[in-house]
Amino acid sequence: MIFAIILLPLFSFLVISFVLRPFFNNRPQLSAYTTICAIVGSLILSIWALISVSGAENHVLTSTSYQWLAIGDTVINIGITMDSLAAIMVVTVSTISLLVQIYSIGYMKGDGGFARYFAFMSLFTASMLGLVLADNLLFLFLFWEGVGLCSYLLIGFWFHKPEAARAAMKAFVVTRLGDFGFLVAIIFLYVKTGTFDIGELHELALAGVLGGSTLTLAAIGIFSGAVGKSGQFPLHTWLPDAMEGPTPVSALIHAATMVTAGVYLVARMFPMIASSETAITVVAIIGGFTAIFAATMGLVATDIKRVLAYSTISQLGYMMLGLGAVGIGYASGHLDGHHALTLGVAVAIFHLFTHAFFKSLLFLGSGSTSHATGTFDMRKMGGLRKVQPWTYVTFVIGSLSLAGIWPLAGFWSKEGILHEAHAYTPVLFWLAIITVFMTAFYMFRVVFLTFHGEYRGGKEGSHSHGLHESPKIIIIPLVILAIFAVIAGWLPVGDFLGADVNFSFFGALTSWLAWVSLSLGIAGILLAYIIYGRKLLSAKSIGQSLGPVYTLLIRKYFFDELYERFFVMRFLVDGIFAAFQWVDTYIVDGSVNGIATITVAGGKVMRKLETGQLQVYGLAIFIGILAIVAFLLIFS
Amino acid sequence: MAVGLEHFLILSAVLFAIGLYGVLAKRNALVILMSIEIMLTAVNITMVAFSRYSHVISGQVFVIFIMVVAAAEAAVGLALIIAIYRSRKTVDAEKFDLMKW
Repeated sequence: MIFAIILLPLFSFLVISFVLRPFFNNRPQLSAYTTICAIVGSLILSIWALISVSGAENHVLTSTSYQWLAIGDTVINIGITMDSLAAIMVVTVSTISLLVQIYSIGYMKGDGGFARYFAFMSLFTASMLGLVLADNLLFLFLFWEGVGLCSYLLIGFWFHKPEAARAAMKAFVVTRLGDFGFLVAIIFLYVKTGTFDIGELHELALAGVLGGSTLTLAAIGIFSGAVGKSGQFPLHTWLPDAMEGPTPVSALIHAATMVTAGVYLVARMFPMIASSETAITVVAIIGGFTAIFAATMGLVATDIKRVLAYSTISQLGYMMLGLGAVGIGYASGHLDGHHALTLGVAVAIFHLFTHAFFKSLLFLGSGSTSHATGTFDMRKMGGLRKVQPWTYVTFVIGSLSLAGIWPLAGFWSKEGILHEAHAYTPVLFWLAIITVFMTAFYMFRVVFLTFHGEYRGGKEGSHSHGLHESPKIIIIPLVILAIFAVIAGWLPVGDFLGADVNFSFFGALTSWLAWVSLSLGIAGILLAYIIYGRKLLSAKSIGQSLGPVYTLLIRKYFFDELYERFFVMRFLVDGIFAAFQWVDTYIVDGSVNGIATITVAGGKVMRKLETGQLQVYGLAIFIGILAIVAFLLIFS
Repeated sequence: MAVGLEHFLILSAVLFAIGLYGVLAKRNALVILMSIEIMLTAVNITMVAFSRYSHVISGQVFVIFIMVVAAAEAAVGLALIIAIYRSRKTVDAEKFDLMKW
């Protein structure tokens, strides 16, 4: 039954690819309905699994595993883990996916690749569900790469646009760097322990059999995969460019599939990674640093989707920080065993859960504004509050939730992470708390620029077809997501994942931490209001007075330049590739050409012997015979 | 002095050497052809001598065959030389250098 959660969308992919696209191409809506039916099926099964898990002993459903490969004595099984972590993830993924698909019917209407789009979306969802449910690293890696492939196909969905094709390639290559580390870690672990099974690896790590530098290296390798997929520093550059894909794809990538896979992987491997203090410290530092690093770039971006992309990177950093902070507490002995391990996962996945709703809401909302204006550039929007009231209200709810305003979803999950960070990683806590302020500021900068003020023209050269609210099929998912963006924090997800949080609606406001982060959030909103709402302070003059810093931010810390000019051009093209070319030209070609040249030159010398004179040949034969005879006489 | 096998062999060797010298050293194609005939004759003498001294008659029979073949070969050789002469106006072997590089 649990396998069906994966198989339904996979089946839908196959049906669309091999039946609907070739034979029913004139009715593309069929493929959308197929996808939606499959995902509804997955969602129902996921909810059923969630309920079963909550009733099961230790919150784990056992299931049979099937043999996948047998290489000599090595048997590799495919099996399913259905525990509370997986249950929460499958429900999140299938819910977001379903809403995104419904939205897509409206958003992608009339696109030539409608059926192709839904086929990929099905496969994407199937891969992500498989990744979540896999119980061994090899099987997980298969889906992990499946997710990577689908993200490539969907980011480059409009492949005729060079930027889209480039962005897809970039996403694929950059995440591949991290995946390489992951794959090496899997092989390394297998060599050391002889198993791919995640549960067994955890037992070995907790029992101390797997430890020392082996564990640290393997844990960091696994984390490098997560860094690539989740767009953490220093592999964050692909995520903003991934905005070239259709907006619902961005929503799905950022909220439910793809980027959350990295956080999920760290959460899934948490007992193992947290057993190494070095590795978990790396997780915490990368997470905390990425949170503030990405937020600063979000402050100045002018493309609405890019702001959201930086925000996603930043929020994923929070999740990593949550895992890292609790892990450090565990590794340094401040927290005791089992509780610590579930607490870390609970904190991070709770934020992942709430983030999925408000971030997909924000992305779909930005898609809705673009539906009206034909652009994603906030400098050309403005004043959409009046024409798109539904989009406006839902977008503001999402922004408030992301900014962590009580009592919306983001508040609760963010408080959890801040609380743990404060307890175990004081330095990173301060970075995180500054990020709270930045988050609120950049989100409301988006709100004020997009929805307030005067309309500034939309897409260049587009004949004004009149601004309008998006159709119902787009608005309904927004409203549903907005409801979740409010209430998701009230759901006992943390408890379910094993952290005994005392949820109390008003009690949360008694802690000083809540007031600090709330006031910072509100301060951020106010500052955005002053600059972009009221225009009491000119954004331009602030930008000019901060000259170099502004340039640094708008150029994304020159990371693209660093990677492309320095790393790719200098190091790879001028360095390694040039060396390869040199070897190819002078050693490989050289040896082949050399042999040919020697043969030709030898031939030129030897052919002088061929005088064409019969008598010379005759003499040579005679001398030869004499030599043979002499030889025989002497040696016989 | 009784004439024994060795005398025949020496005669044959001398004839063969003369023939070989002619083949390798002479420039006129006709002389080369004649020298080849001398070499053949030298070989024939050897065969007849061995045939006589070992009392096997088939050696002498073979010599007859060889002479027949040699006559035919001489005819072909002469014909070739005439053909070459017609096309190149010379029978100088050193001028026949079509096989040269």
